Amino acid sequence: MSRRIGFLLVQSALVAGAAVALTPLLWMISASLMPPGEASSTPPRFLPSRPTLGNYLDLFTRLSLGRAVGNSLLIAAAATLGVLLLNSMAGYAFAKLRFPGRDRVFAALMAALVIPAPVAMLPLFLMMRSAGLVNSYLGAALPPMAGIIGVFLIRQFARSIPDDLLDAARLEGAGEFWIYWKIVLPLLRPVLATLAIVTFLATWNDFIWPLVILTDESRYTLPVALAGLVGEHSADLELMMAGSVLTVLPVLALFLLLQRQYIEGITLGGVKE
Amino acid sequence: MPAERAAPHEARAAWMFLAPSLSAITLLFLVPIAAAFVLSLTDFDIYALGDSSNVRFIGLKNYGVLLADPLLWKAMRNTALFLFVGGPLTLGVALGAALLLHSRLARAKGLFRTIFFAPYVTTLVAVAVVFRYLYHPRFGLIDRALAFFGIPPIDWLGDPRWAMPAIILLAVWKNFGYATILLVAGLQNIPESIYEAARIDGASPWQLFRKITIPLLAPTFLFLGVMTTIGYFQFFAEPYVMTDGGKPLNATLSVGLLMYKNGFRWWNMGYAASIAFVLFVVVLALTAVQFWIERRREA
Repeated sequence: MSRRIGFLLVQSALVAGAAVALTPLLWMISASLMPPGEASSTPPRFLPSRPTLGNYLDLFTRLSLGRAVGNSLLIAAAATLGVLLLNSMAGYAFAKLRFPGRDRVFAALMAALVIPAPVAMLPLFLMMRSAGLVNSYLGAALPPMAGIIGVFLIRQFARSIPDDLLDAARLEGAGEFWIYWKIVLPLLRPVLATLAIVTFLATWNDFIWPLVILTDESRYTLPVALAGLVGEHSADLELMMAGSVLTVLPVLALFLLLQRQYIEGITLGGVKE
Repeated sequence: MPAERAAPHEARAAWMFLAPSLSAITLLFLVPIAAAFVLSLTDFDIYALGDSSNVRFIGLKNYGVLLADPLLWKAMRNTALFLFVGGPLTLGVALGAALLLHSRLARAKGLFRTIFFAPYVTTLVAVAVVFRYLYHPRFGLIDRALAFFGIPPIDWLGDPRWAMPAIILLAVWKNFGYATILLVAGLQNIPESIYEAARIDGASPWQLFRKITIPLLAPTFLFLGVMTTIGYFQFFAEPYVMTDGGKPLNATLSVGLLMYKNGFRWWNMGYAASIAFVLFVVVLALTAVQFWIERRREA
């Protein structure tokens, strides 16, 4: 009997929590499908009287947010590819190659993890400016490539690669880069998927750096464009909700698709020794 | 095998693999950090941006001006409120959610885990826009829900007393799922046999929680505490989007926002760099304190 009550209590608490977690997102989607003014009428509606895609059409035609979608995709994809390449090489070297100073360099990198990134932002902007990279895609995509957490993730995973496998390849005269490319990278595939989704999401969602470095509207990423719209169109609630859906839905869909890899990355990064 | 007994060609290969990543980290992160300190010792402003010969070295003057600036203390107060109220609230909600998800009585755990985690992967700017409307005093869902309990509408983002709590609630909603995932992983790592043994000794459920669960979760809490400190101390997008840059009456002005405004809106980059460094030092000190507490607990 008390077990039944316990079950009901636990389950209803979980349902209540889920309702709180989901309501803002469901309301966002619902309001984005309403005709202008409906979401702010009194009493407010929770569901559209006649669902319409008019707000989305407006975003793509009148406000040309399609460009921002492309910019966000391009910058997040470029940053992700860069991080995968750089961090897999470094993580593999820390895990499997022997060289003097290895542990000290790695420890120094881990210590740098506690530095808040915005501290670097002002000089970074000035450096980008003298390199002519302000308002460029490259300027937006480069800083994420200085990521440290990915080096850690790859190293943890790469340590399980057997030394014998690599030594056998060396004995047969394989070069170090060939070994990395042909043997190590394929074995790292699961952790690469994890790192890819974590990096893509972080870059897609980032706000402050693209806000600083992308000065021209035609280069804005979705979050920057959306923040700009709030200023001008804050009265157009339904339109703003459509913009929010457009920004959130791709990452939410990607997360649902690759949930296992993403959560693995989060927990692996969280259980540092 | 010890790292020091390395074949020379292996060490050479290692440094080649490390070079791209280490150069990126040095050039795009470590050098700018050091440069930020140098910048904070100058009067770099919009004229210097046009012609760098206008930059002068002024020692610690920026810091003197900054520490006497009431706006800094306002921003510090708001940021501390965000961290010291929002942080524990986030972790508390997350612990509750994790215990529920870990309970043997729970069903459909995977589904709930996904739902709790969903807000964390969303774009902060977009959900800040959504919450801006959820907090609206006339048609916002939150005041409508409160009205259901007979509570009069609150002008969340327009009232200086409520604007920070509103932003904190958004942060809790968005971030608790991340901590939940890590705490569930931590709970799963506690061997059932420890609980069994304590139960045989007659321990109550509360004692099990206090004496076993919480101490064994300490490493997870340390990690979460440090991550939350670093993340929450630089909060920026919420006031930028929800309260048009710190309104009302700077009640939601954060240290990150103050730095951004000084640096990139008014181009007082030397002064902004001194704000960045104050932020850096405070985060470092708070992180050190947490490590110190954890070490004392272990000893």
